[in-house]
Amino acid sequence: MNRLAIPKTYKLYIGGKFPRSESGRVYEVLSHKGEFLANAAKGSRKDARDAVVAARSALGGWAGATAYNRGQVLYRIAELLEGRRSQFIDEIMSCEGVNAAAASAQVDEAIDRWVWYAGWADKYVQVAGNANPVSGPFFNLSVPEPTGIVAIIAPQSAESLLGLVSAIAPALVAGNTVVVVANESAPLPAISLGEVLATSDVPGGVVNIVTGSPAEIAPWLASHADVNALDLVGAGDLDWVELQISAADTLKRVLPPETGADAAAPALSRILAFTELKTVWHTKAIL
Amino acid sequence: MTSSPLATYQPDQRALALIGGEATDANLRRYLHGIPGIDAVGLEARAADLGTRSIKTSSKRWAIDTIIGLIDLTTLEGADTPGKVRSLVAKALVPDPGDPGCPRVAAVCVYGDMVGTAVVALGAAHANGGTEGVNVAAVATAFPSGRASISVKLADVRASVAAGADEIDMVIDRGAFLAGRFGQVYDEIVAVKDACRRADGSMAHLKVILETGELNTYDNVRRASWLAILAGGDFIKTSTGKVTPAATLPVTLSMLEVVRDWHRLTGVRIGVKPAGGIRTSKDAIKYLVTVAETVGEEWLVPHLFRFGASSLLNDVLLQRQKMATGHYSGPDYVTID
Repeated sequence: MNRLAIPKTYKLYIGGKFPRSESGRVYEVLSHKGEFLANAAKGSRKDARDAVVAARSALGGWAGATAYNRGQVLYRIAELLEGRRSQFIDEIMSCEGVNAAAASAQVDEAIDRWVWYAGWADKYVQVAGNANPVSGPFFNLSVPEPTGIVAIIAPQSAESLLGLVSAIAPALVAGNTVVVVANESAPLPAISLGEVLATSDVPGGVVNIVTGSPAEIAPWLASHADVNALDLVGAGDLDWVELQISAADTLKRVLPPETGADAAAPALSRILAFTELKTVWHTKAIL
Repeated sequence: MTSSPLATYQPDQRALALIGGEATDANLRRYLHGIPGIDAVGLEARAADLGTRSIKTSSKRWAIDTIIGLIDLTTLEGADTPGKVRSLVAKALVPDPGDPGCPRVAAVCVYGDMVGTAVVALGAAHANGGTEGVNVAAVATAFPSGRASISVKLADVRASVAAGADEIDMVIDRGAFLAGRFGQVYDEIVAVKDACRRADGSMAHLKVILETGELNTYDNVRRASWLAILAGGDFIKTSTGKVTPAATLPVTLSMLEVVRDWHRLTGVRIGVKPAGGIRTSKDAIKYLVTVAETVGEEWLVPHLFRFGASSLLNDVLLQRQKMATGHYSGPDYVTID
């Protein structure tokens, strides 16, 4: 007897839930050869707005968690990815048209990158912070703190899972919350990553994934007054200068697009890009 | 009549004619239980249906400004200080400092002892019985529980009116209502109404809070609405905001239906004030639609419809800024309160 296949509905990941797009729209995700793979939700500006609201309400808890705890939570994502690697390999192969070895290598690399960034969670402050020498009886300490909500345009070409992980992990390390517009042509690994995040220890709203057209959604995120920073790493094909200009209206931190094989390569600078340096003075006890 | 101090107040003769005699428990029970019951499923379906209307662009712009003009900006905390009331008044006068065209709210709503502070803070902008400016509303009669003797309740009202309150938000005695002592509830409202009289003979507006969250059924809400209107309330208000559930769309719809029926019966327009739990402009617009579809658009004026809210104003201002600038605004661009 033939069994009826049960295709999966790919939805958005906002505030720890998987809603359909508010607009009700979907778009066809095609394989590398142009065959139909799935219908993915085509997110609208209102989905992006809802995602920002979710990210704002999650910020206090995530930024307030101890650095050690954040590191543990991020490491747990890597553990869960490891358990679902075959699903990710399948999705990468169908979306990108690469062979099993290349897909497997990409998943490995993505898992390793989570681990690498997770390790930084309780260490980057020691590297970037400082006890400053001042001429007076004061401690003068500089410590990096998270910027707030980071809107990210995920890399749009080549490695869909690795690109997404490389973009969101560094922002999460410092305690930022994230609204990310996924790879438009290969969104399936992004939504499956959302499922991993939902079943890991990441609080709902810390990562929000919107699938759809970056050209449509990015301007709304760039001009949104409640977004604190903008990572344009995958916005190379958009009118990203215009996005930078509208981001400047509300003094957002902006990272420019990156292209090529080493785009969004793991680096401490990606963590520090979305931190604010706080300097405090405190009197020394004189005994 | 129940207690002796209430016997001196004269209830409305027309109401007595409707009830068919004195406002005794028996007469009121006969009248209120003679009102047709509510189809709860139908009411909720109707309210849900009214909530699906899509209000966009210029209609939305109108709705947002209308909502601001209908808000009773409220602070009812034990921790209220004169400074907090002054900043509330400042926000009531200039809700959005970035846009001078932003309308003022209808009133500020405070506890009775803060009325003096609010009046001083409003200064020349205090409506003081007129139609221009911002009113001061005071909650009274042992708000929010209403559990005090009648003499305490009346003293509470008189003190607020003397301090300059334009509107009195009283709570009914839910315990008496649920126990079937309708006459006592009626007499208290009549007495409080009388206590709203100012030294010059003019009257402060009386809003009667039914606290629908404690009345349990839609039928009780309808009976309490009739009771409050018969006893002379100028406004019927859903909730204190201290009890969950507070204002809901079906409850407000059922109260609006009573107001509509009363208008058909007597030609008198009674106001409605949903309060508590309305936090987003989207919710508030649903209420506007419900009012317009139930009693008519002429009710969308400050002396016939109000929102009792504190956080609603910020959300409405964010929507207003979004429509003005074309991009989404954030909580950093409105005051924290």
